[in-house]
Amino acid sequence: MHLLRHKNLLNIVAIVLCYVVLWGLNVHRLLSDYILFVIMCGLINAIMTVSLNLVTGFTGQFSIGHAAFMAVGAYTSAVMTKLVFHIGLSTPSPLREVFFLVSLLVGSLASAVVAYLIGIPTLRLKGDYLCIATLGFNQILVVLLNNLHVLGGPRGFIDIPKLSNLAWIMGFTVVSVAVISNYAHSIFGSQSMAVREDELAAESLGIDSTKYKINAFVLASFFAGAAGGLLAHLLQLAHPTQFTFLKSIEILLMLVVGGMGSVHGSILAALVLTMLPEVLRFSQDLRLVIYPLLLILFAVRNPLPYLRQQVAEVWEVKVKPVIVGHATILKRFFSGMLK
Amino acid sequence: MEQFLSQFVNGVQIGTIYALIALGYTLVYGIIQLINFAHGDLIMLGAYTAFISVTSFGLPFPAAFVLAMVVCGIANVLIERIAYKPLRDRPRLVALITAVGVSLLLENGGRVVPFIGPTYRRFPEAIAARKYYLTSTVFITNIHILNVAAAASLMLILHYVITNTKIGMAMRATALDREAAKSVGIDTDLVISITFAIGGTLAGAAGVLWAVVYPRLNPYMGLIPGLKAFVAAVFGGIGSIPGAVVGGLIMGLVEVFATVAHSQLAEGVFFIILIGILLLRPTGLLGRPFVGRA
Repeated sequence: MHLLRHKNLLNIVAIVLCYVVLWGLNVHRLLSDYILFVIMCGLINAIMTVSLNLVTGFTGQFSIGHAAFMAVGAYTSAVMTKLVFHIGLSTPSPLREVFFLVSLLVGSLASAVVAYLIGIPTLRLKGDYLCIATLGFNQILVVLLNNLHVLGGPRGFIDIPKLSNLAWIMGFTVVSVAVISNYAHSIFGSQSMAVREDELAAESLGIDSTKYKINAFVLASFFAGAAGGLLAHLLQLAHPTQFTFLKSIEILLMLVVGGMGSVHGSILAALVLTMLPEVLRFSQDLRLVIYPLLLILFAVRNPLPYLRQQVAEVWEVKVKPVIVGHATILKRFFSGMLK
Repeated sequence: MEQFLSQFVNGVQIGTIYALIALGYTLVYGIIQLINFAHGDLIMLGAYTAFISVTSFGLPFPAAFVLAMVVCGIANVLIERIAYKPLRDRPRLVALITAVGVSLLLENGGRVVPFIGPTYRRFPEAIAARKYYLTSTVFITNIHILNVAAAASLMLILHYVITNTKIGMAMRATALDREAAKSVGIDTDLVISITFAIGGTLAGAAGVLWAVVYPRLNPYMGLIPGLKAFVAAVFGGIGSIPGAVVGGLIMGLVEVFATVAHSQLAEGVFFIILIGILLLRPTGLLGRPFVGRA
């Protein structure tokens, strides 16, 4: 498994550049807290969508329970940080940040373990039945959370310390994008895609399809758990209603709009679809109608591949020659200077 | 025992309504393998149609009932033509997401439209409740009887249509193999439209019955019964018509008894039973086993 293929490297460089730009804008107070908040929510959704992409886009398993794993991560890490805040560490310190990372990782691990336990029986189910079983699991978890009064029950788990910030969220986005696109482009990924295309044929070639399904499921849930932890520490609240199957469907929606199996598409769609309701806010109640209408339009006549082709054409015909031209002029200039 | 009996009566009542909705899911799934998420919202549409026709136009209840069925049937056909038909050859997940979009559109559209609006409305008491005592404490109301009778007769009509008529035969053929059905001269597009019309009609009827039992109407009222009926359809084996009826009845009874046992955890019991059944019988109670590629 190559740790950094050049395509991934480009992804990561792009994200880091975005981060630098955002960070700069933020430091100079050019972004309102509201816009920053929406961007952070969009990034958390991007982690969710990219990770679901591994299960649904690359391995071809419908799962409508992704929000459940987000909930596991959110509650686990929130309980941990809150406990530590009781015994001190309430003032900002490097130790606190380290502990935040630890709690996020524990939350993610808990989510991965739950996914493993759920995945072993349910991933044997095929097609729509898996989707229904995961949906059922999601609803069971919500009911449980509503009834666990230790975790706040229907009031939600409140007073979680505010530890998430742009840097943490960006960092996790980079890590999840890097890991998932590496996985997807490795030998594991190609075997997963074989399972997606035709499970029977893949098995007859000696691919252990259950193993690849579980691998993808567990890895995706790991990142969903991290996203949950980040969200809980951003909102300072973990509430059962945040993690119902409607949230899972929202993530699935971002995945489909962005294009299944496309990591770039997932990130872009997550950001756009998180911002869209906010952008439509001017239309008040009508936005509730405009949003689904746009969705149906996107699904029925997906304009993204067309747009991508247009952009690629403009790049090839107009932008690239100019850049290449300038680059050769510069090269000649400098090589002339060196002579 | 007496409590058991009266809860049993309630369970059967809710169960028949679930069965009516589940039939719509199962018919559509059986024919185009689409989980029609928007189906639950037809319940809302049916309930509001009846509500408006009774309160604003002063129609008698039976007329409102029929009108709701017709409106929902037409609406379902329109939804299929506009949103699902262009997606026949695309991945099924895309169609699923479109169904979610349609569902959101119906719910939020209802919220925005002035004569539905976001507030709760109370469904008028269409029929005066009359109690018939079976024992000293156990009783059946005429609403119970109406619900079960209406649902059962609709199911019998559906059964007759599917087993004994030409269009029923065409539906079964299309469900079995759409391409083959087309090649022997069946107009599959028409069959699919008719299937949606039947599903919508049943959902409209279920909506009115639901409103009679639970008279609080709001634009999001279809979400939960829709989800439960969907679970019932899967439980019985999605694609199987007797499965939908059996699943609906079982789920209605489970819901009522689980609520008696623990009102908060009842919702979870629903899904635990579902997952249990899926693990034991991966295609539901009466579902056919997978043949070849899933």
